[in-house]
Amino acid sequence: MARNSQSDYTGWQVVIGLETHAQLSTASKIFSGASTAFGAEPNTQASVVDLALPGVLPVLNRGAVERAIRFGLAVGATIAPRSVFARKNYFYPDLPKGYQISQYEIPVVQGGSLACIVEGKGFEPYAKTVRLTRAHLEEDAGKSLHEDYSGMSGIDLNRAGTPLLEIVTEPDIQVDDIEQAASEAVAYARALHSLVTWLGICDGNMQEGSFRCDANVSVRRPGAGLGTRCEIKNLNSFRFMHQAIVYEAKRQIDLIDAGDRVVQETRLYDPDRDETRSMRSKEDAMDYRYFPDPDLLPLEIDAAWIERVRAELPELPAAKRTRFASAYGLSDYDAGLLTADAATAGYFEQVVAALPPGQAKLAANWINGDVAAAVNAAAGSIATCPVDAARLAGLLVRVADGTINQKAAKEVFAALWSGEGATADAVIESRGLRQISDAGALVAIVQAVLAANPKSVEEFRAGKEKAFNALVGQVMKQSRGKANPQQVNDILRDKLAG
Amino acid sequence: MNHVLHRMSLAELARHLAAREVSAVDLARHFLGRIERHRGLNAFLDIRPEVTLAQAQAADARRARGEAGALLGIPVAHKDIFVTRDFASTAASRMLEGYMSPFDATVVDRLAKVGMVTLGKVNCDEFAMGSSNENSAYGPVLNPWDTSAVPGGSSGGSSAAVAARIAPVATATDTGGSIREPAAFCGITGTKPTYGRPSRWGMIAFASSLDTAGLMTVSAEDAAWVLSAMCGFDPNDSTSVDRPDEDFTRDLARPIAGLRIGVPKEFFAAGLQPDVERAVRGALETYRSMGATLVDISLPNAELGIPVYYVVAPAECSSNLSRFDGVRYGHRAKDYGDLADMIKRSRAEGFGPEPKRRILIGTYVLSHGYYDAYYIKAQQVRRLIADEFQQAFTQCDVIAGPVTTSVAFGFGEKAADPVSMYMSDLYTIPGSLAGVPSVSIPCGFGEGANASRPVGLQLMSNYFDEARLLGIAHQYQLATDWHRRVPAAFAG
Repeated sequence: MARNSQSDYTGWQVVIGLETHAQLSTASKIFSGASTAFGAEPNTQASVVDLALPGVLPVLNRGAVERAIRFGLAVGATIAPRSVFARKNYFYPDLPKGYQISQYEIPVVQGGSLACIVEGKGFEPYAKTVRLTRAHLEEDAGKSLHEDYSGMSGIDLNRAGTPLLEIVTEPDIQVDDIEQAASEAVAYARALHSLVTWLGICDGNMQEGSFRCDANVSVRRPGAGLGTRCEIKNLNSFRFMHQAIVYEAKRQIDLIDAGDRVVQETRLYDPDRDETRSMRSKEDAMDYRYFPDPDLLPLEIDAAWIERVRAELPELPAAKRTRFASAYGLSDYDAGLLTADAATAGYFEQVVAALPPGQAKLAANWINGDVAAAVNAAAGSIATCPVDAARLAGLLVRVADGTINQKAAKEVFAALWSGEGATADAVIESRGLRQISDAGALVAIVQAVLAANPKSVEEFRAGKEKAFNALVGQVMKQSRGKANPQQVNDILRDKLAG
Repeated sequence: MNHVLHRMSLAELARHLAAREVSAVDLARHFLGRIERHRGLNAFLDIRPEVTLAQAQAADARRARGEAGALLGIPVAHKDIFVTRDFASTAASRMLEGYMSPFDATVVDRLAKVGMVTLGKVNCDEFAMGSSNENSAYGPVLNPWDTSAVPGGSSGGSSAAVAARIAPVATATDTGGSIREPAAFCGITGTKPTYGRPSRWGMIAFASSLDTAGLMTVSAEDAAWVLSAMCGFDPNDSTSVDRPDEDFTRDLARPIAGLRIGVPKEFFAAGLQPDVERAVRGALETYRSMGATLVDISLPNAELGIPVYYVVAPAECSSNLSRFDGVRYGHRAKDYGDLADMIKRSRAEGFGPEPKRRILIGTYVLSHGYYDAYYIKAQQVRRLIADEFQQAFTQCDVIAGPVTTSVAFGFGEKAADPVSMYMSDLYTIPGSLAGVPSVSIPCGFGEGANASRPVGLQLMSNYFDEARLLGIAHQYQLATDWHRRVPAAFAG
């Protein structure tokens, strides 16, 4: 569509609600005993129940329910003592029964909220809480394969019956700036992703479709009633989610500016063209004829079950963040980064435990800095980081006791990352990175540098502080980076003053 | 002895088997021969003598190894609603012509485990939808008592097979009367246990909240033996009731004296044919003479059973039958455009008129804007009817009345008028909606032109009271011989 280049999109508020399908990490399907493992040969993981052969019946996997309860407790929701499975009826070749078993009027998880930290360009990070409407259990459909079969469609029912938790928010993202609205949506999605993986109820793999977000986007003038929304699908990365929301909000504003109106519909995001395209409009929306599934009794969850799950819950990210901040004297920001996922938090606590007291800040700086950067650059995760917690601790011990300086520490870290040397100490020895703290040796280097740089000395004495830094640089260079920077400073000031 | 094998009770057959006077193979051959001889009834849809004889040999081998058991080697026919590994499972529909299931229904499996031998699959109304067996895609079954009359439905193949003594026992299913009505029309004993007592795993679903597996037998005593083996908790069926297996023969000898029989006035109102009423009242008198007390009761909302049923059952059926789309198995149209067109044409060709009618009704009552007015309202009335039964059972131990308003009707008589056909289940639907166990036992014949057409007495008890219910039926059968009568053409 033609973009109205005159529009600057100010004076509009973007409203977003999100629906996320999290694939639950059960070994078998929600209503059959077939495996849920990803990537098997088509139709090898479809039981008679998944194939919907005549005479089969569903039996609920309690592991899926348990994961829903975990989630509900973690977001402070109400766990319904009695919830109902309903049939959502529609025909599609990869929907074997001709209906999907879902929850409709009475979902298992009701209410709750999720806190997240919103970050982006042009504003300081801030905390945001998004209220959840509900989360309900349902089964996934199979897959239609339209390529590779000339003139025919293939059906793979391996995914059919995979347990999903659909998590629905209130339209709580209401922001006057498009980019910031998208940032809030992404912050929520990231927080949700980290929570479900933290709880171990979902592997969070967005490429394999284990964590799928749909965004309901509408725009309005601030203070006006809610605008007509469009549901955006196929947001299979956080980056695409941001781009899709920005595109969609602008599209809607352009439409209204042009005197047109937004049509309620489902739109698919195309990351290659960075645009959303209409999938189906409300006019051809299906009547799903929901009704309670007579093959399944209402799901009853007693208080004892809830309490058992509660007792097994890990420390939740918010509690851990608070504890990290107070127990280790970290900033909220650092504590937030360290508790973004369970693996990072565990890594941090292992490192701190191996360090002398008072070095938690050092550990936090390294994990949120060099470690995170290296992990991101390698597109890996902290769990597969080649510098494990013990090795990083070995390195930080040497930073803390002054054996090496920060510059050398970075070198040691890179060496450990690439597999050179089993421990920091081994790398320090083999590379000769031990910091020079011997005053005699440093005085000799300083005097040589002063003698070789009379111009800088003159400038410093004329009041140019910059010249001092140049001299420090020269000393560090001469020491091949091993000089203790604080000592160099002190000696240099002393000699220049003399 | 062979010429009388088909006239024996299961207990007699079991005695002969135990005494090695007859083998399971002898029994299988005898009944397979009778099935062959009476093919004209169109009761069977699939027979595979080599499979049956292999099962019979296996039963004999088990006995030779020292196994006993009342049902070891007894033949049984299965309604084509139960899926079977060794016989085609079609639900009497073109949609599933030749369909072979990779597994056996739990009911089939449990009976095989005690050594019963499968004679084959018997005909029924398509997807168990009908009251006359005229809805089978493979042609109607004839009533052995009068071949111009329908055998009833949907379990018409089961009832005709037992009435003609071409099978000593047949499984059946009852959703709104599909066991009791054909049992009444064919002069045999039909047993529908409590909903949730037998497993539904492997029953091709019609209306899941009503579908109940049961039996067609000559007598209540036979039913008690087989039902004990057939029923039990099944973890594959979430609506299966988790109770220990029971011996339903335990109350067979219990006397009638002191029994309170509730007689609902709504079951004797306008519409009940005089000859049926006379036979049923005669049966009630027999009970009174045996020491029972007749108690007038009322089931005021029972008459709403039919409208409630024809909302709930089609709603569930419209969804249950969605899996038949031609994609994975079953009928697929030869010519079609896109995927949606393939599904449409396959279903248009595969389903007969009655399933289509019920899918349409069910789709309508579940659709947006009608759901509350039809489906929710129907469920509320269903609850009221179930409550009325509980109220009634505070006044009586068992409820008795007619099974149907009339004896078996003629072919084509009601086929053109679905509503009058639906009225065939007037007295059986309330018990289905409540889920209570119920039996139909023969208690006489019609009059005049209907003199060769049997009449059934319906007995209903409270939930899980099957043992007592069958005992009450058995005591009547000790005092009468209606259940022993065999249509002349099938006696020898």
